[in-house]
Amino acid sequence: MVLQSLKNCLGLSCILRTPKACFRSTASGGLIIQSVSNDVYQNLAVEDWIHDHMDLEKQQILFLWRNSPAVVIGRHQNPWQECNLRLLRQKNIKLARRRSGGGTVYHDLGNINLTFFTTRKKYQRMENLKLVVKALKALRPQLDVHVTDRYDILLDRQYKISGTAAKLGRTSAYHHCTLLCNADKFVLSSVLKSPYKGLKSNATPSVPALVKNLFEEDPSLTSEMLLDAIAKEYAAQHQIDHHITLINPADETLLPGISNKTKELQTWEWVYGKTPKFSISTCLNMAYQDSVLDIKVNMDVKNGKIEVCHIDLPEQWLPPGLYSELVKSLTGSKFCPNETTTLVTTLLRVCPQDNELHSRWSLLCENMIMLM
Amino acid sequence: VCIHRVRSCSNIRFIKSKYVCVFDKSALKFSHQQRLFRTSAVSCGQIVQFKLSDIGEGITEVTVKEWYIKEGDSVSQFDSICEVQSDKASVTITSRYDGVIRKLHYSIDEIALVGKPLVDIEIDASKGVSPEEDVVETPPMSHEEHTHQEIKGHKTLATPAVRRLAMENNIKLSEIVGTGKDNRVLKEDILNYLAKQTGAILPPSPKAEIVPPLRKTEAVPAAPKDKARKIPVPVSRPIVFSGKDKTEPVTGFQKAMVKTMSAALKIPHFGYCDEIDLTQLVQLREELKPLAEIRGVKLSFMPFFIKAASLGLLQYPILNASLDESCQNVTYKASHNIGVAMDTEQGLIVPNVKNVQVCSVFDIAVELNRLQSLGSAGQLGTSDLTGGTFTLSNIGTIGGTYAKPVILPPEVAIGALGKIQVLPRYNGKGEVFKAQIMNVSWSADHRVIDGATMARFSNLWKSYLENPASMLLDLK
Repeated sequence: MVLQSLKNCLGLSCILRTPKACFRSTASGGLIIQSVSNDVYQNLAVEDWIHDHMDLEKQQILFLWRNSPAVVIGRHQNPWQECNLRLLRQKNIKLARRRSGGGTVYHDLGNINLTFFTTRKKYQRMENLKLVVKALKALRPQLDVHVTDRYDILLDRQYKISGTAAKLGRTSAYHHCTLLCNADKFVLSSVLKSPYKGLKSNATPSVPALVKNLFEEDPSLTSEMLLDAIAKEYAAQHQIDHHITLINPADETLLPGISNKTKELQTWEWVYGKTPKFSISTCLNMAYQDSVLDIKVNMDVKNGKIEVCHIDLPEQWLPPGLYSELVKSLTGSKFCPNETTTLVTTLLRVCPQDNELHSRWSLLCENMIMLM
Repeated sequence: VCIHRVRSCSNIRFIKSKYVCVFDKSALKFSHQQRLFRTSAVSCGQIVQFKLSDIGEGITEVTVKEWYIKEGDSVSQFDSICEVQSDKASVTITSRYDGVIRKLHYSIDEIALVGKPLVDIEIDASKGVSPEEDVVETPPMSHEEHTHQEIKGHKTLATPAVRRLAMENNIKLSEIVGTGKDNRVLKEDILNYLAKQTGAILPPSPKAEIVPPLRKTEAVPAAPKDKARKIPVPVSRPIVFSGKDKTEPVTGFQKAMVKTMSAALKIPHFGYCDEIDLTQLVQLREELKPLAEIRGVKLSFMPFFIKAASLGLLQYPILNASLDESCQNVTYKASHNIGVAMDTEQGLIVPNVKNVQVCSVFDIAVELNRLQSLGSAGQLGTSDLTGGTFTLSNIGTIGGTYAKPVILPPEVAIGALGKIQVLPRYNGKGEVFKAQIMNVSWSADHRVIDGATMARFSNLWKSYLENPASMLLDLK
């Protein structure tokens, strides 16, 4: 029994109310779809699904999506290096790792995402971005927007309003980019500033840039208008009807296997575990009783787990047995505040019940957890 | 291009390594399929240098970011080999051949050049793949090998690797519904088909284990049966069990459990159980729930259980004590920091409500709400998780009646609460009525606590809950 998957549905125009014209087998065939979900994991899963399952030979696809507040890091990046994880947790902002390369971006509903799906042969980032610029200029001719050779779109020659990333597979490829319409710049700048010091890694670093919302340039612009303008330009260039098909990323019948993809994108192993190996070399400044202690800490983290951990404590500050228990516990554990908190509080149960000892232990552990 | 011509063997070891790309959809659904054939230790087959093909946009070099395979692994055509990055583009390089990886030319973070060898693959010489396949050219799709099986006049598209898998399992390709492009049969379609045949339960995620297929009645007695029972005939098809033991290191939460429970083992436990009639408390809670909701707080039964426990501890402080390592001194803790066992995704955690002795039932409810939301978000702090002096575990929310809880050191007592059941009981007049019954199971450290103390504490706690108005008399 073959499930009515998206690729089959699109052939049956009655199901999605997609005009037959979309399925013309000309080289310029295209399809425009928009997600009804604002969940970053669901939307990233749709990209994966289309990349894995759809035949892009006869028609290319433009996917439009927006997310509720989330930080999205590139495939080979280090979240500790890129953003303020503590702040993200506090503000309940999601963290996602996408499969394409590139740098870190902040998404909220004031930021739109465009994904251009083509066959690997037809992979063409510059053309896509030029399409976006053309659409913007058609909407507001006075806008000073242009594409740089780093595949950014700049407003007024200085402000970045769009960043780009791409993913190439065996037979298909996609290029996605953001477009800043009316995002919260205050939250953006605070979450994208990492407080973690002493990190050394070969992870792809982000290049910080001055940003501006299109809304600031022209308050009459809305995300919907921009989405529509881009869809219109895409439709014109691909000689198809200017029709946007809505899809629900939670629809397993339409997109069989999508919920597994969505789940995988949310696992700790993917989001944090895929961080390239890195090391931390930093100093904890702990105020204890009447003095301030400078404790050197060195850790190696691989696949998100602590491989090596060394804390330079003053002699006898903690009973040596307890110190080695701490190091032994941390080694092999996730570099994660929740897991570390559980481990260190448990260790406290099995050590001598001494108030002085407990307060030193808590102080040290709380400082260690702050690194995560 | 360097080709080694060695004596070729007819069989190839077909083991799907666990290092094969996580994103490969067949690997996603199944841990692996293991087929071991006799192999010789000597390598057989020609070694082909698989070159890094054109990325597009005039790119000449990329950075190798992750290997999905290692030397010695078997790969099939289209399996992912590595992930490379170039200028904001992440590229998945897939294998063009079936074979065994013999050499990786780059390590992580090294720059790889387009057109230069990426990996050496030893392929089956009998396949006779020509080295020209390696040359830098247009993407692999145009060079895909399609093998068509004509059965009943229906052409089934499948790659050689998939065809071999079907052959090994005596499957006709025409019987399988292909979910690949142009209805091509993919590896996962075959594995799906196999799983359905054998009744194996497909794991929902790569981590789950495959449950062995349920067998129907096996040992059918030869003696004639009195009842004409229809015994299902065992299936004669060979049942493929593709599960495998999986060993992983104990880390994180599990490590914590191991530590705590090993220490708890040293405590001589004794148990004491009883049943509590919560009929009046259930009614009281129903009345108070809306009041709490107005104040923005969810009121469960736990705040009552916790407060009643604290009132009991005032009378029997030995239950709120701690015995030191050498068993020389008992410390009577002044604060009643009552721990509440919580079940999270990662495992068991026990945050505690501080100073219950000076908290009202409402205060406790507020604090419980806070701990519960932090707990489910994985954001409990160290102070929430330390300093506990007595613990209650409401296992009844999941189920069960009586339990045998384990004391959490350095405490000396713990209570496990079963589920509330509606059961028939006799009242004072000898009439049967519907009672809301909950069972409690206490465990205590027999080195410092005796049975009588535990029983009296339990009776006091029980009386507070069976007659909630009596709590008012002793509330401070």
